[in-house]
Amino acid sequence: MRRTFAILAANPLSLLGLVLVALVVISAVFADFIAPFPAHRGAVVDFANFNQPPQWPYIFGTDLVGRDLFSRIIYAYRISLVLGIVVLAIAVPIGVTIGLLAGYLGGWTEYLLMRLTDVFLSIPPLVLAMSIMGVLEPTLTNGMLAVTAMWWPWYARLVYNITRGEREEGYVLAAEVIGASRGHVIFREILPNCMPAVITKMTLDMGFVILIASSLSFLGLGVQPPTPDLGSMVAAGATYLPDSWWLTVFPGLAILVAVFGFNLIGDALRDILGADQ
Amino acid sequence: MSAPMLDIRDLHLSFKGHTGLTEVLHGISLHIQPGERVALVGESGSGKSVTARIVLGLLQDLPSARITGQVLFDGRDLELMSSRARHALRGTAMSMIFQDPTSSLNPVFRIADQFHDVLRRADPSVAKAAAHDRAAAILAEVSIRDAQRVLNAYPFQLSGGMNQRVMIAMALANEPALLIADEPGTALDVTVQAQTLQLMRRLVEDHHTAVLFISHNLGVVREFADRLYVIYKGRMVEQGPTDAVFADPRHPYTRALMAAVPHLTGGGIPEIAEASPDFAAPLVDHEAEAPS
Repeated sequence: MRRTFAILAANPLSLLGLVLVALVVISAVFADFIAPFPAHRGAVVDFANFNQPPQWPYIFGTDLVGRDLFSRIIYAYRISLVLGIVVLAIAVPIGVTIGLLAGYLGGWTEYLLMRLTDVFLSIPPLVLAMSIMGVLEPTLTNGMLAVTAMWWPWYARLVYNITRGEREEGYVLAAEVIGASRGHVIFREILPNCMPAVITKMTLDMGFVILIASSLSFLGLGVQPPTPDLGSMVAAGATYLPDSWWLTVFPGLAILVAVFGFNLIGDALRDILGADQ
Repeated sequence: MSAPMLDIRDLHLSFKGHTGLTEVLHGISLHIQPGERVALVGESGSGKSVTARIVLGLLQDLPSARITGQVLFDGRDLELMSSRARHALRGTAMSMIFQDPTSSLNPVFRIADQFHDVLRRADPSVAKAAAHDRAAAILAEVSIRDAQRVLNAYPFQLSGGMNQRVMIAMALANEPALLIADEPGTALDVTVQAQTLQLMRRLVEDHHTAVLFISHNLGVVREFADRLYVIYKGRMVEQGPTDAVFADPRHPYTRALMAAVPHLTGGGIPEIAEASPDFAAPLVDHEAEAPS
Protein backbone atom coordinates (compact mmCIF):
# COMPACT_ATOMS: atom_id res chain seq x y z
CA MET A 1 0.00 0.00 0.00
CA ARG A 2 2.75 2.43 0.90
CA ARG A 3 4.38 1.81 -2.46
CA THR A 4 1.06 2.44 -4.17
CA PHE A 5 0.85 5.88 -2.57
CA ALA A 6 4.48 6.56 -3.36
CA ILE A 7 3.88 5.91 -7.05
CA LEU A 8 0.73 8.01 -7.01
CA ALA A 9 2.50 10.88 -5.24
CA ALA A 10 5.51 10.73 -7.53
CA ASN A 11 3.28 11.12 -10.56
CA PRO A 12 1.15 14.28 -10.37
CA LEU A 13 -0.80 13.23 -13.47
CA SER A 14 -2.19 10.14 -11.76
CA LEU A 15 -3.12 12.31 -8.80
CA LEU A 16 -4.97 14.58 -11.22
CA GLY A 17 -6.70 11.50 -12.64
CA LEU A 18 -7.79 10.51 -9.16
CA VAL A 19 -9.20 13.99 -8.55
CA LEU A 20 -11.07 14.04 -11.88
CA VAL A 21 -12.59 10.59 -11.37
CA ALA A 22 -13.53 11.46 -7.79
CA LEU A 23 -15.23 14.59 -9.14
CA VAL A 24 -17.21 12.57 -11.69
CA VAL A 25 -18.17 9.83 -9.23
CA ILE A 26 -19.16 12.23 -6.45
CA SER A 27 -21.32 14.34 -8.75
CA ALA A 28 -22.98 11.20 -10.13
CA VAL A 29 -23.70 9.71 -6.71
CA PHE A 30 -24.81 12.92 -5.01
CA ALA A 31 -26.45 14.48 -8.08
CA ASP A 32 -29.66 15.17 -6.15
CA PHE A 33 -27.80 17.35 -3.64
CA ILE A 34 -25.32 19.02 -5.97
CA ALA A 35 -27.50 19.93 -8.93
CA PRO A 36 -29.04 23.39 -8.46
CA PHE A 37 -32.09 22.43 -10.56
CA PRO A 38 -32.75 18.69 -10.03
CA ALA A 39 -36.02 18.91 -11.92
CA HIS A 40 -34.18 19.95 -15.08
CA ARG A 41 -32.98 16.42 -15.77
CA GLY A 42 -36.50 15.70 -17.03
CA ALA A 43 -38.89 17.31 -19.48
CA VAL A 44 -39.01 20.80 -18.01
CA VAL A 45 -39.62 23.81 -20.23
CA ASP A 46 -38.74 27.35 -19.15
CA PHE A 47 -38.90 29.58 -22.22
CA ALA A 48 -38.27 32.69 -20.16
CA ASN A 49 -34.66 31.59 -19.66
CA PHE A 50 -33.94 29.63 -22.85
CA ASN A 51 -30.50 29.57 -24.44
CA GLN A 52 -28.85 31.79 -21.84
CA PRO A 53 -25.05 32.15 -21.78
CA PRO A 54 -23.29 31.18 -18.52
CA GLN A 55 -24.48 33.48 -15.72
CA TRP A 56 -25.69 33.09 -12.17
CA PRO A 57 -27.55 30.90 -11.27
CA TYR A 58 -26.97 29.03 -14.57
CA ILE A 59 -23.16 28.67 -14.36
CA PHE A 60 -22.94 26.63 -17.60
CA GLY A 61 -25.85 28.46 -19.25
CA THR A 62 -29.21 26.98 -20.28
CA ASP A 63 -30.25 24.82 -23.20
CA LEU A 64 -32.82 25.47 -25.93
CA VAL A 65 -35.79 24.86 -23.66
CA GLY A 66 -34.37 26.77 -20.70
CA ARG A 67 -32.94 23.88 -18.61
CA ASP A 68 -29.81 24.36 -16.51
CA LEU A 69 -26.89 22.72 -18.35
CA PHE A 70 -24.85 22.20 -15.16
CA SER A 71 -27.64 20.15 -13.57
CA ARG A 72 -28.13 18.14 -16.73
CA ILE A 73 -24.41 17.35 -17.03
CA ILE A 74 -24.32 16.08 -13.45
CA TYR A 75 -27.27 13.76 -14.12
CA ALA A 76 -25.70 12.69 -17.41
CA TYR A 77 -22.63 11.56 -15.48
CA ARG A 78 -24.85 9.30 -13.43
CA ILE A 79 -26.15 7.59 -16.56
CA SER A 80 -22.70 7.37 -18.15
CA LEU A 81 -21.20 5.74 -15.06
CA VAL A 82 -24.02 3.23 -14.68
CA LEU A 83 -23.68 2.39 -18.35
CA GLY A 84 -19.91 1.96 -18.05
CA ILE A 85 -20.17 -0.24 -14.97
CA VAL A 86 -22.93 -2.42 -16.41
CA VAL A 87 -21.16 -2.84 -19.75
CA LEU A 88 -17.90 -3.86 -18.10
CA ALA A 89 -19.64 -6.05 -15.54
CA ILE A 90 -21.12 -8.09 -18.40
CA ALA A 91 -18.38 -7.86 -21.05
CA VAL A 92 -15.40 -8.60 -18.79
CA PRO A 93 -16.57 -11.93 -17.30
CA ILE A 94 -17.67 -13.13 -20.76
CA GLY A 95 -14.43 -12.09 -22.46
CA VAL A 96 -12.20 -13.34 -19.66
CA THR A 97 -13.89 -16.75 -19.52
CA ILE A 98 -13.68 -17.19 -23.28
CA GLY A 99 -10.03 -16.13 -23.30
CA LEU A 100 -9.14 -18.50 -20.46
CA LEU A 101 -10.91 -21.49 -21.98
CA ALA A 102 -9.46 -20.90 -25.45
CA GLY A 103 -5.96 -20.28 -24.13
CA TYR A 104 -5.82 -23.21 -21.74
CA LEU A 105 -7.78 -25.92 -23.51
CA GLY A 106 -6.43 -25.28 -27.01
CA GLY A 107 -7.50 -27.48 -29.93
CA TRP A 108 -11.02 -27.10 -31.31
CA THR A 109 -12.20 -25.04 -28.36
CA GLU A 110 -9.50 -22.49 -29.04
CA TYR A 111 -10.22 -22.51 -32.75
CA LEU A 112 -13.96 -21.95 -32.39
CA LEU A 113 -13.81 -19.37 -29.60
CA MET A 114 -10.98 -17.31 -31.05
CA ARG A 115 -12.40 -17.28 -34.60
CA LEU A 116 -15.71 -16.10 -33.13
CA THR A 117 -13.76 -13.40 -31.31
CA ASP A 118 -11.99 -12.46 -34.53
CA VAL A 119 -15.31 -12.08 -36.34
CA PHE A 120 -16.42 -9.54 -33.75
CA LEU A 121 -13.04 -7.81 -33.79
CA SER A 122 -13.03 -7.55 -37.56
CA ILE A 123 -16.03 -5.21 -37.57
CA PRO A 124 -15.15 -1.63 -36.57
CA PRO A 125 -16.51 -1.24 -33.02
CA LEU A 126 -18.70 1.79 -33.64
CA VAL A 127 -20.16 0.26 -36.81
CA LEU A 128 -21.03 -2.91 -34.89
CA ALA A 129 -22.69 -0.97 -32.10
CA MET A 130 -24.52 1.22 -34.61
CA SER A 131 -25.88 -1.71 -36.55
CA ILE A 132 -27.12 -3.37 -33.37
CA MET A 133 -28.78 -0.13 -32.29
CA GLY A 134 -30.23 0.26 -35.78
CA VAL A 135 -32.12 -3.00 -35.34
CA LEU A 136 -33.14 -2.47 -31.72
CA GLU A 137 -35.11 0.29 -30.05
CA PRO A 138 -32.82 3.13 -28.96
CA THR A 139 -33.07 2.76 -25.17
CA LEU A 140 -30.46 2.79 -22.41
CA THR A 141 -30.65 -1.00 -21.97
CA ASN A 142 -30.17 -1.66 -25.66
CA GLY A 143 -27.33 0.86 -25.71
CA MET A 144 -25.61 -1.16 -23.02
CA LEU A 145 -26.23 -4.33 -24.97
CA ALA A 146 -24.72 -2.88 -28.14
CA VAL A 147 -21.61 -1.59 -26.37
CA THR A 148 -21.20 -4.89 -24.50
CA ALA A 149 -21.34 -6.85 -27.75
CA MET A 150 -18.43 -4.85 -29.15
CA TRP A 151 -16.45 -4.87 -25.92
CA TRP A 152 -16.03 -8.50 -24.77
CA PRO A 153 -13.79 -9.62 -27.69
CA TRP A 154 -11.00 -7.29 -26.52
CA TYR A 155 -10.94 -9.02 -23.15
CA ALA A 156 -11.09 -12.45 -24.76
CA ARG A 157 -8.03 -11.58 -26.85
CA LEU A 158 -6.12 -10.02 -23.95
CA VAL A 159 -6.73 -12.92 -21.56
CA TYR A 160 -6.16 -15.49 -24.31
CA ASN A 161 -2.68 -14.08 -24.96
CA ILE A 162 -1.78 -14.03 -21.27
CA THR A 163 -3.14 -17.55 -20.75
CA ARG A 164 -1.10 -18.88 -23.66
CA GLY A 165 2.02 -17.68 -21.87
CA GLU A 166 0.96 -18.71 -18.37
CA ARG A 167 -0.02 -22.19 -19.55
CA GLU A 168 3.67 -22.95 -20.14
CA GLU A 169 4.67 -21.76 -16.67
CA GLY A 170 5.96 -24.28 -14.16
CA TYR A 171 3.21 -23.66 -11.63
CA VAL A 172 0.54 -24.79 -14.09
CA LEU A 173 2.35 -28.08 -14.70
CA ALA A 174 2.97 -28.41 -10.97
CA ALA A 175 -0.74 -27.99 -10.30
CA GLU A 176 -1.64 -30.55 -12.97
CA VAL A 177 0.88 -33.02 -11.60
CA ILE A 178 -0.47 -32.68 -8.12
CA GLY A 179 -3.91 -33.52 -9.45
CA ALA A 180 -5.65 -30.17 -9.71
CA SER A 181 -8.83 -30.19 -11.81
CA ARG A 182 -9.11 -28.18 -15.01
CA GLY A 183 -11.44 -25.74 -13.34
CA HIS A 184 -8.98 -25.23 -10.52
CA VAL A 185 -6.07 -24.66 -12.90
CA ILE A 186 -8.03 -22.23 -15.08
CA PHE A 187 -9.83 -20.17 -12.47
CA ARG A 188 -7.69 -20.54 -9.35
CA GLU A 189 -4.18 -20.68 -10.84
CA ILE A 190 -4.18 -18.84 -14.18
CA LEU A 191 -6.98 -16.30 -13.68
CA PRO A 192 -5.36 -14.57 -10.67
CA ASN A 193 -2.26 -14.07 -12.82
CA CYS A 194 -4.36 -12.35 -15.50
CA MET A 195 -6.04 -9.98 -13.05
CA PRO A 196 -3.45 -7.15 -13.05
CA ALA A 197 -3.82 -6.74 -16.81
CA VAL A 198 -7.62 -7.09 -16.69
CA ILE A 199 -8.05 -4.54 -13.90
CA THR A 200 -5.80 -2.06 -15.69
CA LYS A 201 -7.71 -2.46 -18.92
CA MET A 202 -11.04 -2.12 -17.12
CA THR A 203 -10.02 1.23 -15.68
CA LEU A 204 -8.80 2.48 -19.05
CA ASP A 205 -11.97 1.16 -20.71
CA MET A 206 -14.30 2.90 -18.29
CA GLY A 207 -13.39 6.15 -20.07
CA PHE A 208 -13.69 4.63 -23.53
CA VAL A 209 -17.08 3.06 -22.82
CA ILE A 210 -18.35 6.48 -21.78
CA LEU A 211 -16.90 7.93 -24.97
CA ILE A 212 -18.45 5.27 -27.23
CA ALA A 213 -21.81 5.54 -25.50
CA SER A 214 -21.66 9.31 -26.02
CA SER A 215 -20.80 8.78 -29.68
CA LEU A 216 -23.86 6.55 -30.07
CA SER A 217 -26.19 9.07 -28.49
CA PHE A 218 -24.55 11.88 -30.48
CA LEU A 219 -25.72 9.97 -33.55
CA GLY A 220 -29.15 9.64 -32.00
CA LEU A 221 -28.77 5.91 -31.38
CA GLY A 222 -28.37 5.95 -27.62
CA VAL A 223 -30.29 7.36 -24.71
CA GLN A 224 -33.26 9.39 -25.90
CA PRO A 225 -34.40 12.83 -24.69
CA PRO A 226 -35.45 14.08 -22.24
CA THR A 227 -33.00 11.83 -20.34
CA PRO A 228 -29.80 13.86 -20.04
CA ASP A 229 -26.87 12.37 -21.94
CA LEU A 230 -23.56 14.02 -22.73
CA GLY A 231 -23.51 12.81 -26.33
CA SER A 232 -27.00 13.92 -27.22
CA MET A 233 -26.42 17.27 -25.50
CA VAL A 234 -23.40 17.90 -27.73
CA ALA A 235 -25.47 16.86 -30.75
CA ALA A 236 -28.36 19.17 -29.83
CA GLY A 237 -26.08 22.18 -29.53
CA ALA A 238 -23.93 21.44 -32.58
CA THR A 239 -26.18 23.32 -34.98
CA TYR A 240 -26.01 26.51 -32.88
CA LEU A 241 -22.22 26.81 -32.98
CA PRO A 242 -20.44 29.13 -32.63
CA ASP A 243 -23.00 31.60 -31.25
CA SER A 244 -24.42 29.39 -28.47
CA TRP A 245 -21.05 27.80 -27.72
CA TRP A 246 -21.96 26.76 -24.17
CA LEU A 247 -24.45 24.18 -25.49
CA THR A 248 -21.63 22.01 -26.88
CA VAL A 249 -18.50 23.11 -25.08
CA PHE A 250 -19.59 22.23 -21.54
CA PRO A 251 -20.98 18.73 -22.30
CA GLY A 252 -17.89 18.15 -24.46
CA LEU A 253 -15.61 19.17 -21.63
CA ALA A 254 -17.57 16.91 -19.30
CA ILE A 255 -16.83 13.94 -21.59
CA LEU A 256 -13.18 14.96 -21.71
CA VAL A 257 -12.92 15.14 -17.91
CA ALA A 258 -14.36 11.64 -17.44
CA VAL A 259 -12.33 9.96 -20.21
CA PHE A 260 -9.12 11.75 -19.27
CA GLY A 261 -9.55 10.97 -15.57
CA PHE A 262 -10.08 7.24 -16.08
CA ASN A 263 -7.18 7.07 -18.52
CA LEU A 264 -4.76 8.71 -16.11
CA ILE A 265 -5.77 6.29 -13.36
CA GLY A 266 -5.46 3.37 -15.74
CA ASP A 267 -1.91 4.42 -16.60
CA ALA A 268 -1.02 4.71 -12.93
CA LEU A 269 -2.53 1.27 -12.22
CA ARG A 270 -0.46 -0.19 -15.03
CA ASP A 271 2.68 1.08 -13.30
CA ILE A 272 1.59 -0.13 -9.87
CA LEU A 273 0.35 -3.59 -10.88
CA GLY A 274 2.89 -4.13 -13.64
CA ALA A 275 5.89 -3.62 -11.39
CA ASP A 276 5.22 -6.89 -9.59
CA GLN A 277 5.26 -9.01 -12.69
CA MET B 1 12.94 -59.34 -3.53
CA SER B 2 9.77 -57.43 -2.74
CA ALA B 3 7.32 -56.23 -5.37
CA PRO B 4 8.54 -53.12 -7.15
CA MET B 5 6.94 -49.77 -6.42
CA LEU B 6 7.11 -48.86 -10.07
CA ASP B 7 7.58 -51.38 -12.85
CA ILE B 8 7.71 -50.25 -16.47
CA ARG B 9 7.75 -53.05 -19.03
CA ASP B 10 8.46 -52.55 -22.72
CA LEU B 11 6.93 -49.09 -22.87
CA HIS B 12 6.39 -47.64 -26.34
CA LEU B 13 5.24 -44.11 -26.96
CA SER B 14 4.54 -42.38 -30.22
CA PHE B 15 2.89 -39.14 -31.16
CA LYS B 16 0.50 -38.79 -34.05
CA GLY B 17 1.38 -35.77 -36.10
CA HIS B 18 0.66 -34.40 -39.55
CA THR B 19 3.34 -36.60 -41.07
CA GLY B 20 2.26 -39.79 -39.34
CA LEU B 21 3.47 -41.49 -36.20
CA THR B 22 6.69 -40.35 -34.55
CA GLU B 23 8.03 -42.93 -32.16
CA VAL B 24 9.57 -41.42 -29.05
CA LEU B 25 10.09 -44.40 -26.77
CA HIS B 26 11.13 -47.67 -28.38
CA GLY B 27 10.24 -50.08 -25.61
CA ILE B 28 11.91 -49.16 -22.35
CA SER B 29 11.81 -51.16 -19.13
CA LEU B 30 12.59 -49.87 -15.68
CA HIS B 31 11.76 -50.81 -12.11
CA ILE B 32 12.04 -49.12 -8.75
CA GLN B 33 11.78 -50.91 -5.41
CA PRO B 34 10.03 -49.22 -2.47
CA GLY B 35 12.40 -46.68 -0.93
CA GLU B 36 14.91 -47.04 -3.74
CA ARG B 37 16.54 -44.08 -5.50
CA VAL B 38 16.83 -44.67 -9.21
CA ALA B 39 18.29 -42.26 -11.74
CA LEU B 40 17.30 -41.95 -15.37
CA VAL B 41 20.13 -40.30 -17.26
CA GLY B 42 20.18 -39.02 -20.79
CA GLU B 43 20.54 -35.97 -22.99
CA SER B 44 17.66 -33.65 -23.80
CA GLY B 45 15.18 -35.27 -26.12
CA SER B 46 16.12 -38.79 -25.09
CA GLY B 47 12.70 -39.47 -23.57
CA LYS B 48 13.36 -38.88 -19.88
CA SER B 49 10.61 -36.39 -19.24
CA VAL B 50 7.92 -38.12 -21.28
CA THR B 51 8.59 -41.27 -19.26
CA ALA B 52 7.93 -39.28 -16.11
CA ARG B 53 4.74 -37.89 -17.58
CA ILE B 54 3.47 -41.33 -18.49
CA VAL B 55 4.12 -42.52 -14.94
CA LEU B 56 2.15 -39.55 -13.65
CA GLY B 57 -0.64 -40.36 -16.08
CA LEU B 58 -0.48 -36.98 -17.79
CA LEU B 59 0.15 -38.19 -21.34
CA GLN B 60 -2.56 -40.83 -21.36
CA ASP B 61 -5.26 -38.19 -21.75
CA LEU B 62 -3.53 -36.57 -24.72
CA PRO B 63 -5.39 -37.55 -27.89
CA SER B 64 -2.25 -37.61 -30.07
CA ALA B 65 -0.23 -39.93 -27.79
CA ARG B 66 -0.12 -43.66 -28.53
CA ILE B 67 1.12 -45.67 -25.57
CA THR B 68 1.68 -49.40 -25.43
CA GLY B 69 3.38 -51.53 -22.83
CA GLN B 70 2.81 -51.85 -19.12
CA VAL B 71 3.31 -49.36 -16.33
CA LEU B 72 2.67 -51.02 -12.98
CA PHE B 73 2.45 -48.74 -9.99
CA ASP B 74 2.35 -50.67 -6.74
CA GLY B 75 1.23 -53.71 -8.72
CA ARG B 76 -1.63 -51.93 -10.54
CA ASP B 77 -1.52 -51.36 -14.28
CA LEU B 78 -1.90 -47.65 -15.01
CA GLU B 79 -3.06 -48.34 -18.57
CA LEU B 80 -6.01 -50.36 -17.33
CA MET B 81 -7.03 -47.71 -14.82
CA SER B 82 -9.66 -45.09 -15.57
CA SER B 83 -8.36 -41.57 -15.86
CA ARG B 84 -10.24 -40.81 -12.65
CA ALA B 85 -8.31 -43.51 -10.80
CA ARG B 86 -5.02 -42.24 -12.24
CA HIS B 87 -6.01 -38.75 -11.17
CA ALA B 88 -6.54 -39.98 -7.60
CA LEU B 89 -2.93 -41.18 -7.41
CA ARG B 90 -1.46 -37.85 -8.48
CA GLY B 91 -0.42 -35.61 -5.64
CA THR B 92 -1.11 -38.29 -3.06
CA ALA B 93 0.63 -41.56 -3.89
CA MET B 94 3.01 -39.92 -6.35
CA SER B 95 4.43 -36.48 -6.53
CA MET B 96 6.93 -34.48 -8.53
CA ILE B 97 9.66 -31.86 -8.18
CA PHE B 98 10.63 -29.63 -11.08
CA GLN B 99 13.66 -27.94 -12.57
CA ASP B 100 12.84 -24.37 -11.68
CA PRO B 101 11.35 -24.08 -8.20
CA THR B 102 10.45 -20.40 -8.48
CA SER B 103 8.32 -20.76 -11.60
CA SER B 104 6.70 -23.90 -10.17
CA LEU B 105 5.02 -21.86 -7.47
CA ASN B 106 2.14 -19.59 -8.43
CA PRO B 107 3.42 -16.01 -8.08
CA VAL B 108 0.14 -14.52 -6.86
CA PHE B 109 -0.48 -16.75 -3.84
CA ARG B 110 1.27 -16.96 -0.48
CA ILE B 111 3.18 -20.17 0.28
CA ALA B 112 0.65 -21.00 3.02
CA ASP B 113 -2.26 -20.97 0.55
CA GLN B 114 -0.40 -23.17 -1.90
CA PHE B 115 0.42 -25.60 0.91
CA HIS B 116 -3.25 -25.67 1.78
CA ASP B 117 -4.10 -26.67 -1.80
CA VAL B 118 -1.51 -29.46 -1.68
CA LEU B 119 -2.71 -30.83 1.65
CA ARG B 120 -6.33 -30.69 0.47
CA ARG B 121 -5.48 -33.30 -2.16
CA ALA B 122 -5.04 -35.90 0.57
CA ASP B 123 -7.68 -34.60 2.95
CA PRO B 124 -10.27 -32.32 1.27
CA SER B 125 -11.66 -31.21 4.62
CA VAL B 126 -8.40 -29.91 6.06
CA ALA B 127 -8.91 -26.48 7.62
CA LYS B 128 -6.72 -23.52 6.85
CA ALA B 129 -5.31 -23.31 10.38
CA ALA B 130 -4.55 -27.04 10.52
CA ALA B 131 -2.89 -26.88 7.10
CA HIS B 132 -0.82 -23.94 8.30
CA ASP B 133 0.46 -25.88 11.32
CA ARG B 134 1.16 -28.98 9.28
CA ALA B 135 3.00 -26.90 6.66
CA ALA B 136 5.15 -25.29 9.35
CA ALA B 137 6.08 -28.74 10.65
CA ILE B 138 7.05 -29.97 7.18
CA LEU B 139 9.05 -26.82 6.49
CA ALA B 140 10.99 -27.42 9.70
CA GLU B 141 11.93 -30.80 8.25
CA VAL B 142 13.55 -29.13 5.24
CA SER B 143 15.62 -26.98 7.62
CA ILE B 144 13.58 -23.82 7.24
CA ARG B 145 13.82 -22.15 10.62
CA ASP B 146 11.51 -19.16 10.25
CA ALA B 147 8.61 -21.12 8.82
CA GLN B 148 6.07 -18.39 9.66
CA ARG B 149 7.87 -15.81 7.52
CA VAL B 150 8.15 -18.25 4.61
CA LEU B 151 4.50 -19.27 4.85
CA ASN B 152 3.39 -15.65 4.70
CA ALA B 153 5.70 -14.81 1.80
CA TYR B 154 5.03 -14.84 -1.92
CA PRO B 155 7.36 -17.03 -4.00
CA PHE B 156 9.16 -14.05 -5.56
CA GLN B 157 10.11 -12.82 -2.11
CA LEU B 158 12.08 -15.99 -1.41
CA SER B 159 15.42 -17.11 -2.83
CA GLY B 160 15.65 -19.92 -5.36
CA GLY B 161 17.13 -22.27 -2.76
CA MET B 162 14.34 -21.44 -0.34
CA ASN B 163 11.71 -22.07 -3.01
CA GLN B 164 13.37 -25.39 -3.83
CA ARG B 165 13.05 -26.44 -0.21
CA VAL B 166 9.43 -25.34 -0.20
CA MET B 167 8.86 -27.44 -3.34
CA ILE B 168 10.48 -30.48 -1.72
CA ALA B 169 8.40 -29.97 1.41
CA MET B 170 5.23 -29.71 -0.69
CA ALA B 171 6.12 -32.77 -2.75
CA LEU B 172 6.59 -34.84 0.40
CA ALA B 173 3.71 -33.30 2.35
CA ASN B 174 1.25 -36.05 1.49
CA GLU B 175 3.77 -38.85 2.11
CA PRO B 176 3.91 -40.13 -1.48
CA ALA B 177 5.24 -43.61 -2.16
CA LEU B 178 6.96 -42.37 -5.32
CA LEU B 179 8.65 -39.06 -5.94
CA ILE B 180 9.65 -38.05 -9.44
CA ALA B 181 12.38 -35.43 -9.52
CA ASP B 182 12.77 -33.91 -12.99
CA GLU B 183 16.25 -32.37 -13.01
CA PRO B 184 15.69 -30.75 -9.64
CA GLY B 185 17.68 -27.62 -9.02
CA THR B 186 19.15 -27.34 -12.51
CA ALA B 187 18.12 -23.69 -12.40
CA LEU B 188 19.99 -23.11 -9.13
CA ASP B 189 23.59 -22.36 -8.19
CA VAL B 190 25.73 -25.44 -7.72
CA THR B 191 26.20 -24.82 -3.99
CA VAL B 192 22.49 -24.39 -3.37
CA GLN B 193 21.84 -27.39 -5.55
CA ALA B 194 24.21 -29.53 -3.50
CA GLN B 195 22.55 -28.45 -0.25
CA THR B 196 19.05 -29.20 -1.45
CA LEU B 197 20.08 -32.55 -2.89
CA GLN B 198 21.57 -33.57 0.43
CA LEU B 199 18.39 -32.48 2.13
CA MET B 200 16.24 -34.37 -0.34
CA ARG B 201 18.34 -37.47 0.08
CA ARG B 202 17.99 -37.38 3.86
CA LEU B 203 14.22 -36.83 3.62
CA VAL B 204 13.48 -39.63 1.18
CA GLU B 205 15.56 -41.95 3.37
CA ASP B 206 13.59 -40.91 6.46
CA HIS B 207 10.23 -41.25 4.73
CA HIS B 208 11.21 -44.36 2.78
CA THR B 209 10.10 -42.73 -0.47
CA ALA B 210 11.01 -44.28 -3.80
CA VAL B 211 12.56 -41.73 -6.15
CA LEU B 212 12.82 -41.58 -9.92
CA PHE B 213 15.57 -39.05 -10.42
CA ILE B 214 15.72 -37.61 -13.92
CA SER B 215 18.95 -35.86 -14.76
CA HIS B 216 21.68 -35.21 -17.26
CA ASN B 217 24.16 -34.36 -14.53
CA LEU B 218 26.27 -37.45 -13.88
CA GLY B 219 28.00 -35.95 -10.84
CA VAL B 220 24.70 -35.43 -9.09
CA VAL B 221 23.44 -38.86 -10.10
CA ARG B 222 26.52 -40.56 -8.68
CA GLU B 223 25.94 -38.95 -5.30
CA PHE B 224 22.21 -39.47 -5.18
CA ALA B 225 21.15 -42.70 -6.86
CA ASP B 226 21.37 -46.36 -5.86
CA ARG B 227 20.85 -47.57 -9.40
CA LEU B 228 20.86 -45.82 -12.72
CA TYR B 229 19.48 -46.22 -16.20
CA VAL B 230 21.06 -44.56 -19.20
CA ILE B 231 18.61 -43.69 -21.94
CA TYR B 232 19.51 -42.66 -25.47
CA LYS B 233 17.00 -41.74 -28.17
CA GLY B 234 14.16 -43.60 -26.51
CA ARG B 235 16.15 -46.78 -25.79
CA MET B 236 17.76 -47.96 -22.57
CA VAL B 237 21.44 -48.45 -23.28
CA GLU B 238 22.89 -49.31 -19.89
CA GLN B 239 21.54 -50.08 -16.46
CA GLY B 240 22.89 -51.22 -13.15
CA PRO B 241 23.96 -50.19 -9.66
CA THR B 242 25.47 -46.70 -9.71
CA ASP B 243 28.88 -47.82 -8.48
CA ALA B 244 29.10 -50.63 -11.01
CA VAL B 245 28.17 -48.42 -13.95
CA PHE B 246 30.57 -45.66 -12.95
CA ALA B 247 33.37 -48.14 -12.29
CA ASP B 248 32.90 -49.92 -15.57
CA PRO B 249 30.81 -48.08 -18.17
CA ARG B 250 30.48 -50.56 -21.01
CA HIS B 251 28.08 -49.05 -23.48
CA PRO B 252 29.73 -46.65 -25.98
CA TYR B 253 27.12 -43.98 -25.27
CA THR B 254 27.59 -44.15 -21.50
CA ARG B 255 31.32 -43.77 -22.02
CA ALA B 256 30.80 -40.79 -24.29
CA LEU B 257 28.44 -39.25 -21.73
CA MET B 258 30.98 -39.64 -18.97
CA ALA B 259 33.80 -38.32 -21.11
CA ALA B 260 31.70 -35.25 -21.91
CA VAL B 261 31.65 -34.00 -18.32
CA PRO B 262 34.05 -31.05 -18.12
CA HIS B 263 36.65 -31.49 -15.42
CA LEU B 264 37.33 -28.97 -12.72
CA THR B 265 41.00 -29.50 -13.36
CA GLY B 266 40.71 -28.43 -16.99
CA GLY B 267 41.74 -30.39 -20.00
CA GLY B 268 39.12 -29.04 -22.34
CA ILE B 269 35.79 -30.38 -23.43
CA PRO B 270 36.20 -33.61 -25.33
CA GLU B 271 34.86 -33.90 -28.84
CA ILE B 272 31.82 -36.07 -29.06
CA ALA B 273 30.18 -37.24 -32.22
CA GLU B 274 26.61 -36.04 -32.70
CA ALA B 275 25.59 -39.61 -33.32
CA SER B 276 27.54 -42.76 -33.76
CA PRO B 277 26.50 -46.19 -34.96
CA ASP B 278 28.07 -47.48 -31.74
CA PHE B 279 25.41 -45.72 -29.69
CA ALA B 280 22.80 -48.06 -31.11
CA ALA B 281 24.53 -51.04 -29.48
CA PRO B 282 22.23 -53.26 -27.39
CA LEU B 283 21.46 -52.77 -23.70
CA VAL B 284 24.21 -53.45 -21.19
CA ASP B 285 22.71 -54.77 -17.96
CA HIS B 286 25.14 -54.93 -15.06
CA GLU B 287 22.68 -56.83 -12.89
CA ALA B 288 21.95 -59.57 -15.38
CA GLU B 289 25.58 -60.59 -15.45
CA ALA B 290 26.38 -60.03 -11.80
CA PRO B 291 25.82 -63.01 -9.55
CA SER B 292 23.07 -62.20 -7.08
